[in-house]
Amino acid sequence: MEFAEHIKTANVEDVVLRQPLHPPSRGTLCITGHHLLFSDREESSSRQVLLLLRNIDAIEKSVENLLGYPGFFSNAGHSERMSGSSGTITIKCKDLRVLQLDIPGMEQCLNIAHSIETLSCLDSVSDTYPFFYRPTDLSLEDQWDLSSPEKHYSQMKELHERWRLSSVNRDYLVCASYPPAVIVPHSIDDDTLKKAAKFRQGGRFPILCYYHRKNGMVIVRSSQPLTGANRKRCKEDELLLQAVIDGSDKGYIIDTRSSQQAQQARMTGGGFESKSCYSRWKRLHRQMERGKSLQESLIKLVEACGDESHNMDRWLSKLENSKWLSHVQTALSTAGLLAECVERDGHSVLVHGSEGTDCSLLISTLAQLIMDPHCRTMEGFLALLEREWVQAGHPFQHRCAHSAYSHARLQQESPVFLLLLDCVWQLWRQFPLALGFSEALLLRLASQTRRRPNTLKRFRRK
Amino acid sequence: MEHIRLPKVENVRLLDRVSPRRRRVGTLYLTATHSIFVENESGMRNETWVLHSLVCNVEKQAASASGCPLLIHCKNFQVLQFVISRERECHDVHLSLQRLSQPERYEELYCFSYKPNIDEEERRQEWDFLDLKADYSRMGLPNSLWKLSPVNQHYKVSDTYPADLFVPESATPPVIVGSSKFRSRGRFPALSYYSKENHAAICRSSQPLSGFSARCLEDEQMLEAILRSNPRSDFMYVVDTRPKLNAIANRAAGKGYENEDNYSNIKFQFIGIENIHVMRNSQQKMLEVCELRSPSISDFLEGLESSGWLKHIKAVLDAGIFIAKAVAEEGVSVLVHCSDGWDRTAQVCSVASVLLDPYYRSLKGFMVLIEKDWVSFGHKFSHRCNHLVGDPKEVSPVIDQFLECVWQLMEQFPCAFEFSERLLITIHSHIYSCQFGNFIGNNQRERIELGLRERTHSLWSYIWTNRADYINPLYRPNHSQTQGLLRPSTAPYCFKFWSGLYNRFDRGMHPRQSVEDYLRAIQEETQQLEEQLTSHKEKITQIEQEQEWNVTSKETTFDKSPTVWALGNDLGLANTPQDYTGGFITSSPCQPKADSSLILLPKDLNQTSDSNFSNSSDQESGIADVSCRSPLSEDSTRDADSDEAAYSAA
Repeated sequence: MEFAEHIKTANVEDVVLRQPLHPPSRGTLCITGHHLLFSDREESSSRQVLLLLRNIDAIEKSVENLLGYPGFFSNAGHSERMSGSSGTITIKCKDLRVLQLDIPGMEQCLNIAHSIETLSCLDSVSDTYPFFYRPTDLSLEDQWDLSSPEKHYSQMKELHERWRLSSVNRDYLVCASYPPAVIVPHSIDDDTLKKAAKFRQGGRFPILCYYHRKNGMVIVRSSQPLTGANRKRCKEDELLLQAVIDGSDKGYIIDTRSSQQAQQARMTGGGFESKSCYSRWKRLHRQMERGKSLQESLIKLVEACGDESHNMDRWLSKLENSKWLSHVQTALSTAGLLAECVERDGHSVLVHGSEGTDCSLLISTLAQLIMDPHCRTMEGFLALLEREWVQAGHPFQHRCAHSAYSHARLQQESPVFLLLLDCVWQLWRQFPLALGFSEALLLRLASQTRRRPNTLKRFRRK
Repeated sequence: MEHIRLPKVENVRLLDRVSPRRRRVGTLYLTATHSIFVENESGMRNETWVLHSLVCNVEKQAASASGCPLLIHCKNFQVLQFVISRERECHDVHLSLQRLSQPERYEELYCFSYKPNIDEEERRQEWDFLDLKADYSRMGLPNSLWKLSPVNQHYKVSDTYPADLFVPESATPPVIVGSSKFRSRGRFPALSYYSKENHAAICRSSQPLSGFSARCLEDEQMLEAILRSNPRSDFMYVVDTRPKLNAIANRAAGKGYENEDNYSNIKFQFIGIENIHVMRNSQQKMLEVCELRSPSISDFLEGLESSGWLKHIKAVLDAGIFIAKAVAEEGVSVLVHCSDGWDRTAQVCSVASVLLDPYYRSLKGFMVLIEKDWVSFGHKFSHRCNHLVGDPKEVSPVIDQFLECVWQLMEQFPCAFEFSERLLITIHSHIYSCQFGNFIGNNQRERIELGLRERTHSLWSYIWTNRADYINPLYRPNHSQTQGLLRPSTAPYCFKFWSGLYNRFDRGMHPRQSVEDYLRAIQEETQQLEEQLTSHKEKITQIEQEQEWNVTSKETTFDKSPTVWALGNDLGLANTPQDYTGGFITSSPCQPKADSSLILLPKDLNQTSDSNFSNSSDQESGIADVSCRSPLSEDSTRDADSDEAAYSAA
């Protein structure tokens, strides 16, 4: 395997593993193309740690050339071998675990650190673990149809009168981030869709994501319209939106940017639906944090959690300072607003921000969770995530490449999906009997998306 | 009655705190014990009762065009905002309430006029429900190391201590009396908790009158005696729960703390818990945060931080953990004191006891603990809770903090406590309500002088009769984690804001569903069904016996009067199936499947609830429950068909 060239030292004996809240243990460390394996090789109560390299967010290494070794294991045999040089690698994982490895021998330590650094951030997607993961009891064919627009469409007979399944995006030519089949109004033909797509950023024209059975209202999502500074219009886009609210007098547009941000977006070719062109639509602006500042908020939060001073005041002020809970609150209240528009006011809603791949998905997911009991079952929730995040083109690989510890500050990095999981957790706290799944599922999802963000998505593109 | 200037005010508006535009119009009545607001709209008779003794302060605000607002803050954290249309009426209500909520004599308190429908014999038995001597004998006392001392009979040595006290076997009366003279208010070191397993004990006292250099031989002997009562240990801890600075300041007033050089084999330790004045201000600040109308997350967190409330809760719990660990893990006895030994000392000793002994985490044990460490050892309830009009500087939420510490522990160990949050809240409100005699007065002597046992009712037996309401359905006494010493985490993020108490009356702020209530309902249902099952089984055996008997009797009496016997037999048969169906119909609607699951279920309550959870139709009904209480009213969005489809698919 080509990974071998990155591995200079595959095995090290006498490594000490330290983890908070665990006693330190001594054992053997192995490194493979995808994993870091630690085993203390004890007969009884053996402790093994299998760590996916992809899960590693940041490592810190320090080597020292000192004699002796102040540790828990001070019996003669060991300390003799220890003398000389040693090194310490601190591994900070994307699932927020922190491990410390004390490795005897400076060279081994540096080799291991180098291997981890290289292998934990391989660029090529097809080198990553999901492509090598071959569980014995699962076959590839039947796992990928959890939910699809086709299935979604066929499940909702009520929809068929006014909406149709379009395969305009068959070869991902109209919109690279949409699935091949999308649900659109019946009266709009594929040519109109193609033209409307040109007027939306990334080609993400408005498509249906939720149909409210009680009153027939829908949630539609898209990206921002490319009105630009000179207020361009697009007849097809207007037609498409008109068809969405066909028969009803009004629709709402929830823009996840402040109106000032939306105005500014016009300077870079983006924009918003103006009142004059979309007379039946009423715009509501709710500013939601995204991108870098959300990432920084998470970094501050994790730092606050890791504070070991046990000082109450410092914890509260750091928590406040991270603003993470404010973001959770904004997301939930915006989703609540969306649900109220559909449920109480009985109007259809279009959701978009700028790209329509982050906050729009966040609030449309939460709103569905609030309104539709089926989405609160285990199966329904997973299907919802599949539909609204994987197939709707949330760029997992960009957003979740790193976590709170990484020093690589990437522009694309943003924990939107984690924010979603936190919001769902908050809903569960308020309605502990309403969800068909538990906190464990949310935790599992959080760590899985961090470790192998691209699994799901890649297959779709094939 | 003479204080009520205006017994009835019409056309009063009660504003909703969260959304002031929602208001209820009705009539306000003032009675001798309660203010009653009766809503006179829409046929529904909606009443709000507020006990005068729970009123903390009444504030008349500047009149506006719509009327004169009257703001009432209660000690159970209820806030009521009335608007009375005429200013004169408002003025009268204000003055009346102010007087009624601040009784001057004990005789005016509600407990002396509270007369539930219980006869005198039963009332007297109420007070025998808890017996502190039984608790000491549960700990294995008296034994060869500790004895019951008669020294404080008639409260001669310390008037704020209980009459019955346990002291080391080797402590003679002269040593005790000598020691008490060297301690504030004569509160000499006495036993609070004793661990049977390793003989380590928690003792409590007040600060020594050491000043800068004073010594007392008897006091040193007293500590020596405590140390010797723990044969396996060669030293003891003396814990001063005050911040060091406060203790040093006390030395200037002739008080202070033990000098390690004068006492043999003690380890002296300061644990900085702030004094009652700091705590009072801190709670005040925290309550201001609670009252913010629609705070942002930042407002809330900043306010909570600057109030320092959770910091103080953490300090109390930290101190309790220190003592509990010393006793359970090191096997070392501890003497705890603060200044007078009735506030911080009570908090810390009782928190340590809860951590140490699973008995105090049971419903009855918890009541015993409060009775012992708080009531009998002379926590000044009437001063701290402002039962009578008095010095506002004496008021402090010391017991609130203890209850909150227990709540924080319950959050970390949901299966370790037999009782639920509801018990803590009930106790809290009755400490302030003065409805029961338990918390009236400042010490045992005062209570006897007031004749509370003779004239009032006891909260503990009231709670015990209604104990079904306070049971924690998750309680698992056999769980390994809930046995022995609890080891809570004290990382700052483990301390939560207790909205269940401080925002108790703001319904919108609480979780919309309660797992506890749900489990409790399931438990009750299971129990009912089990009872039915046994009664049906009994019936079956009865019928079988009858039939057997009939057969045999038929055989013997057949010749004599066959018709009579046949008739009787027929009637019997006709009755039984109807009984069966009748029994089933009166039970809950989902009985068939619950019945079927019943057979699979072992008697363990938790198992029962678990399997009920996995039962899909139960879950469905749970979801239906949720939605009808949701603010977004998604219940109506629920489609029965889709639901069924989802569940059958799942």
